[in-house]
Amino acid sequence: MHEEPVAGGVLQVRGLVKRYGPKTAVDGLDLTAHAGVTAVLGPNGAGKTTTIETCEGYRRPDGGQVRVLGLDPVAQAAALRPRIGVMLQSGGVYSGARADEMLRHMAKLHAHPLDVDDLIERLGLGSCGRTAYRRLSGGQQQRLALAMAVVGRPELVFLDEPTAGLDPQARRSTWDLVRELRADGVSVILTTHYMDEAEQLADDVTIVDAGKVVAQGSPEQLCRGGAENTLRFTGRPGLDVASLLKALPMDSAAAELTPGSYRVTGTVDPQLLATVTSWCAQHGVMPDRISVERHTLEDVFLELTGKELRG
Amino acid sequence: MSADTSTSTSTAAGTYAPKPGAAPVGRMIAAQAALETKMLLRNGEQLLLTVVIPSLLLVLFSTVSIVDFGDTGSGEAVDFLAPGVLALAVMSTAFTGQAIATGFERRYGVLKRLGASPLPRWALMTAKTLSVLVTEVLQIALLTAIALALGWSPQGNPLSVLLLLVLGTAAFSGLGLLMAGTLKAEATLAAANLVFLLLLVGGGVVVPLDKFPEAAQSVLGLLPISALSDGLRDVLQGGASMPWGAAGVLAVWAALGLGAAARFFRWE
Repeated sequence: MHEEPVAGGVLQVRGLVKRYGPKTAVDGLDLTAHAGVTAVLGPNGAGKTTTIETCEGYRRPDGGQVRVLGLDPVAQAAALRPRIGVMLQSGGVYSGARADEMLRHMAKLHAHPLDVDDLIERLGLGSCGRTAYRRLSGGQQQRLALAMAVVGRPELVFLDEPTAGLDPQARRSTWDLVRELRADGVSVILTTHYMDEAEQLADDVTIVDAGKVVAQGSPEQLCRGGAENTLRFTGRPGLDVASLLKALPMDSAAAELTPGSYRVTGTVDPQLLATVTSWCAQHGVMPDRISVERHTLEDVFLELTGKELRG
Repeated sequence: MSADTSTSTSTAAGTYAPKPGAAPVGRMIAAQAALETKMLLRNGEQLLLTVVIPSLLLVLFSTVSIVDFGDTGSGEAVDFLAPGVLALAVMSTAFTGQAIATGFERRYGVLKRLGASPLPRWALMTAKTLSVLVTEVLQIALLTAIALALGWSPQGNPLSVLLLLVLGTAAFSGLGLLMAGTLKAEATLAAANLVFLLLLVGGGVVVPLDKFPEAAQSVLGLLPISALSDGLRDVLQGGASMPWGAAGVLAVWAALGLGAAARFFRWE
């Protein structure tokens, strides 16, 4: 983990330790977030929520240091709270309150809130009508919690599993909102156990397992690292693999596995694909059954921890 | 802004540009108190406790001779009952209602979520107290109107009544919040209703304390509900200027209850 300069970061966690009785939920975790979207990715029980809730000021660290927007979330809570937006994993609303009522209330606690009617329309909360919170669907409850997190026009938003249990359309709508927040200069820290969510949304991903960081970087960096990515194609047997290799970047390897079946490993990107196909064109080879196997975050996670993310 | 045209409800660029800030604390407290009061008045079970039961007891026991009020004064039954029912109204809102509502707010993460908002904790507690006071004003107006219609003739100094009501509210709020902040929501629900029932019977509300054995009387007399109902009765029925004994008992309960609540209340 490289040291980042303190200035400019929206979040610095250094050596965070949090225990619940004999159980160590977070075990020396480092996390630095900059402007943009940072995803904390890991399986259930990895310590994601504990980490986020410590940043939100709910828990006092047993060890290490946490700074959010340069502030101590416990000691300087009064200064921090107006500047952050929080979406809890569940609940947070009076069971008898209507969605618009609760959102209007949260708006009243802030000096320059968003237009509540616009936000209701944007998140499709108009359909909640006069229904009490406890009778709303899970998706409606999630979207209300999201709206409550952003209504105060915060600098930094914490979203704890924002799309857990949502249908695909609602998920995409939530993703769109996260992208809009990012474009408007709001920083977002989100926890998720969905790979595609981290890949789609995050500028930086921190993979957490058993209370520790196992990898950190942009989705591209993480997918490039670890085991090599692979490109396969078939052609006539006995092609000049050495000539192909010369055309490829330094970190690549090429081999004829079985007669007529070729494999290229290394950084599989559009450039590499173009290099291979143009080499084939030069040699009058039709690369049949060309396929690329790029690593997903899921593979990276499996390699690093030896277990499936969604277990 | 991304050029995402796939969503029909895409928002204009800059809509979410950060502009954080807390509202003025007075405005936050007013908004919070208004919301809490609205939630309480919307809740059927709460209305049963705070409005229906006290009103029914007042009407029923004033018009039908179920309990022999014995040598409790020269006036009508309503002169004995009205102060007790006012005390019950205070208990139902400040203790039972507040304990149950706050217990479930804790259970459903409302207190937690508000804890991450700009609303300070002291402001949340202030708003809760205001909401209790507003409810009590409505209850007392209604019960007073019913009692007057039944022929009630209140005596004494209104300021003494006010002081007793405030001390009673403080005492019951402390106990209610202590329960809500330490027990599970379901346990609070059960216990708060049970305590309401026991204190209704054994706290001098409708059954005079001198109907109980002498040994029990001295203990029952120290309960906050007995102190409040007997204190109010001393003033409103007996015309006493200020029942300092009852006020002292309530002050001790208030100090103990609020102190313990402040010490042991858990927000999650």
